[in-house]
Amino acid sequence: MSERREGNSGGRVVVVGNGMVGQRFVEALRARDHERRWRVTVLAEERRPAYDRVRLSAFFDGASAEELNLHTPDDGVELRLGEPATGIDRARRVVTTAAGEHPYDALVLATGSYAFVPPVDGTDLPGVFVYRTLDDLEAIREHARGRRTGAVIGGGLLGLEAANALRLLDLSTSVVEFAPRLMPVQVDEAGGAMLRRYVEELGVTSYLGVATTALRPGPDGAVAALELSDGRTLDAELVVVAAGIRPRDELARAAGLPLGPRGGVLVDDACRTADERIWAVGECAAVDGTCHGLVAPGYATAEVVADRLLGGAATFPGADTATKLKLLGVDVASFGDAHGVTPGCLDVTFTDPATRAYAKLVLSDDAQTLLGGVLVGDASAYPTLRACVGGPLPGPPLALLAPAGGATAGVGALPAAAQVCSCNAVTREQIDAAIADGAADVPALKACTRAGTSCGSCVPMLKQLLDAAGVRQSTALCEHFAASRQELFDIVRVRGIRTFSQLIAEHGRGRGCDICKPVVASILASLGTGHVLDGEQASLQDTNDHFLANLQRDGSYSVVPRIPGGEISPEKLIVIGEVARDFRLYTKITGGQRIDLFGARVEQLPQIWRRLVDAGFESGHAYGKALRTVKSCVGETWCRYGVQDSVGLAIALELRYRGLRAPHKLKSAVSGCARECAEARGKDFGIIATETGWNLYVGGNGGFRPRHADLFATDLSTEELVRLIDRFLMYYIRTADRLQRTAAWIEAMDGGLDHLRSVIVDDSLGLCAELDAAMARHVASYSDEWRDVLEDPDRLRRFTSFVNAPDVPDSSITFAVERGQPVPVRGAPPAAAADRRRQPVTLGLPEVRR
Amino acid sequence: MTAPTMLDWAVVCPLDLLDPDRGAAALVDGVQVALFRTGGELYAVDNLDPVGGAYVMSRGIVGSRGGVPTLASPLHKQVYDLRTGRCLDLPDVALRRHEVRCRNGLVEVRLRQEG
Repeated sequence: MSERREGNSGGRVVVVGNGMVGQRFVEALRARDHERRWRVTVLAEERRPAYDRVRLSAFFDGASAEELNLHTPDDGVELRLGEPATGIDRARRVVTTAAGEHPYDALVLATGSYAFVPPVDGTDLPGVFVYRTLDDLEAIREHARGRRTGAVIGGGLLGLEAANALRLLDLSTSVVEFAPRLMPVQVDEAGGAMLRRYVEELGVTSYLGVATTALRPGPDGAVAALELSDGRTLDAELVVVAAGIRPRDELARAAGLPLGPRGGVLVDDACRTADERIWAVGECAAVDGTCHGLVAPGYATAEVVADRLLGGAATFPGADTATKLKLLGVDVASFGDAHGVTPGCLDVTFTDPATRAYAKLVLSDDAQTLLGGVLVGDASAYPTLRACVGGPLPGPPLALLAPAGGATAGVGALPAAAQVCSCNAVTREQIDAAIADGAADVPALKACTRAGTSCGSCVPMLKQLLDAAGVRQSTALCEHFAASRQELFDIVRVRGIRTFSQLIAEHGRGRGCDICKPVVASILASLGTGHVLDGEQASLQDTNDHFLANLQRDGSYSVVPRIPGGEISPEKLIVIGEVARDFRLYTKITGGQRIDLFGARVEQLPQIWRRLVDAGFESGHAYGKALRTVKSCVGETWCRYGVQDSVGLAIALELRYRGLRAPHKLKSAVSGCARECAEARGKDFGIIATETGWNLYVGGNGGFRPRHADLFATDLSTEELVRLIDRFLMYYIRTADRLQRTAAWIEAMDGGLDHLRSVIVDDSLGLCAELDAAMARHVASYSDEWRDVLEDPDRLRRFTSFVNAPDVPDSSITFAVERGQPVPVRGAPPAAAADRRRQPVTLGLPEVRR
Repeated sequence: MTAPTMLDWAVVCPLDLLDPDRGAAALVDGVQVALFRTGGELYAVDNLDPVGGAYVMSRGIVGSRGGVPTLASPLHKQVYDLRTGRCLDLPDVALRRHEVRCRNGLVEVRLRQEG
């Protein structure tokens, strides 16, 4: 088709717009421009760099603006935020902004679209919003505060997203749609009816087949009511207009570029305008006259232009208009010829009132080719079906449509060219090639193909393709146990097994190892089988749990007494200071609001703890895969902004869960107001105070892969909060893999956060009574591990340096002094360890040499 | 060259001071030795972790790998064959071994002066 024309071989490219598609264009160009032929300038209207607009609604589900960010800094790209283009001078090849001029060799318009607001009285009132940008969402959230009713004009995909957002803001919500059904573009009448039942069950009232004729203000001047064409009036103190979008083509229009018949910058299938140096991508581009309002075709245009600027000959492949929407558990999907407009086509429909599933497949007149379809309620077959459009059905239609059975039926029959991930245009062939090259799990596939990294709807299919390729993710714990950690937990729990030897004799083989032994030790401890050093259990413990202290690089240990909530009296602080001074311990304040004492030898540990226990301290479990600390801000007691007693709650939670052994360490924090000074969202379970109670966040962590916790439940009483945390922790302990933090556990969970909610809020598995009882047992049986050691000579016996010289300290542990404190002597290679012993700076007990 | 010098057997402790499947450190002629009692056998290796450089091997977890009795370093979990001292995870790394036996209920160690 369009062969490459001159004038686009390199230089400066100016991109107008930093939305999802504009950003994708920049990434695609930078990734392929190996010779660095292009310098890139991006002019952005918004003050935020590109973010994920598809997931905009996640903002109301607790996601922060940062989590939606799509931008990664790139030295080769000049990103000018808050500097919208105001004009194009095609003769001089310059884009103008309020700040100046930007010359270009190539210009890419990625201006997107704006929300269409129908010409109705009152749309300019305060409290009337569109649903397009993060700023819009912030303004909506601000206005919703203290208000009770909301309405959305428009019952399409965006309108339902907005309605869900208003629900999450606790507004009683209505949707007004001019068409006789919800999502008229995507679903048919029967699908729309099923969808309406779902939506109304969520408390959203829908008014169909009516228009909004006016918006009326209340006494405060802000919008208060909607007047409908059938004469009814709706209360609405907040209104979102989601009546469609229009391409932003004003720059192109002013520059004299031709537009599409319904607006949009007219481009050919190479995405080039009538001016050979100007291109358009995304929603503002009318490709061969048609604008596309979905992200996948937008990405396709971005890829086309990146290819063209580097001398390629790519053309727009045509749009996949398939859509999948998830509205709090309600799946809606539509793909291909969903409305059956192909001449002679056949429908196969399936309606199950019991499970509320509706599905329709549109087939060619010979019933051999899949043309499109609609799924409501259960869209698990969507990835497979969408990929099969235009080809033969991968199985009998009814088998494909039966809820939850469909997706697995035909993955093997998918053609090689079928697009598995439509967001990133990844075909089955590419996935299979990646698997053949050694990608053995979903994260590996994501990393090497980008499949599943945008909307994620194809992730189940990635798993099936791995299965189909014969890649089995072994769940065996190690060579000694074929069972997974979760299965072992159930075996130990149900069979009442109390020892490792019984477990390995009956359910494993060999003698165990450093993987399975600590796992079994942790399971036994979680089930409350007595002190971790008693009997055979002692031999299972990692050295940290064996000495109830943290092993350091030089073979010494560190000691962390529990300081619940970070609150400590001056008297106790003095005791810690005295202990550190008397035993010459390096002292440091930890990130968890505690004090860590370093450099203790094994035989010193009981002496140190005797002093600490006498002063009222207990084990902080810093050495265990267990609850570490519940950090807190100072809260309403002192803080001018605090709205709840965060310290009091943090102490109560830390005392409740202290000593709880888990698959990995557990951290928590409580913030006394939304300013979040305790950084609770970086924790496995974090609590943030609201005016009326507590918000619970789960699945956060810092570390190697930081992740903010997700909002799990809002405005809980303390009692409700504690019950949910009890169940969350016990379900985690029962079902997580070895060394799997809560973040990874939730991410790997089928159904994710929704599933977790259904298990521990709605008790969908009937487990809650057991989980509650297990936590009650833990709380009732807690006993300080260090006090228990000090009271038992048999346990104390383990804390000796040498079995044949228990009074002789380990002379290899020596210290230098740095900033006035002892630190390990560093840098000597192992071979020189013997020499190192001859020139020590010895602190504490005198050096003993034999 | 003659064979490696052999020192005398040194009595370390009664056997029942060694817990099954859990190590203990001993000081034999000024050398730190890690002793293990596992699978009905006694093993003695250097307490020095050859990778981490700290005297901690007696605190590792014992187990088996494919029938071989093993010891995992508590610092960074490299696994060693307790019979030969050879590291099963890293090439050219080994723990120094010593001789160990039980006589009249007492554990005895004879240092091996290799290298």
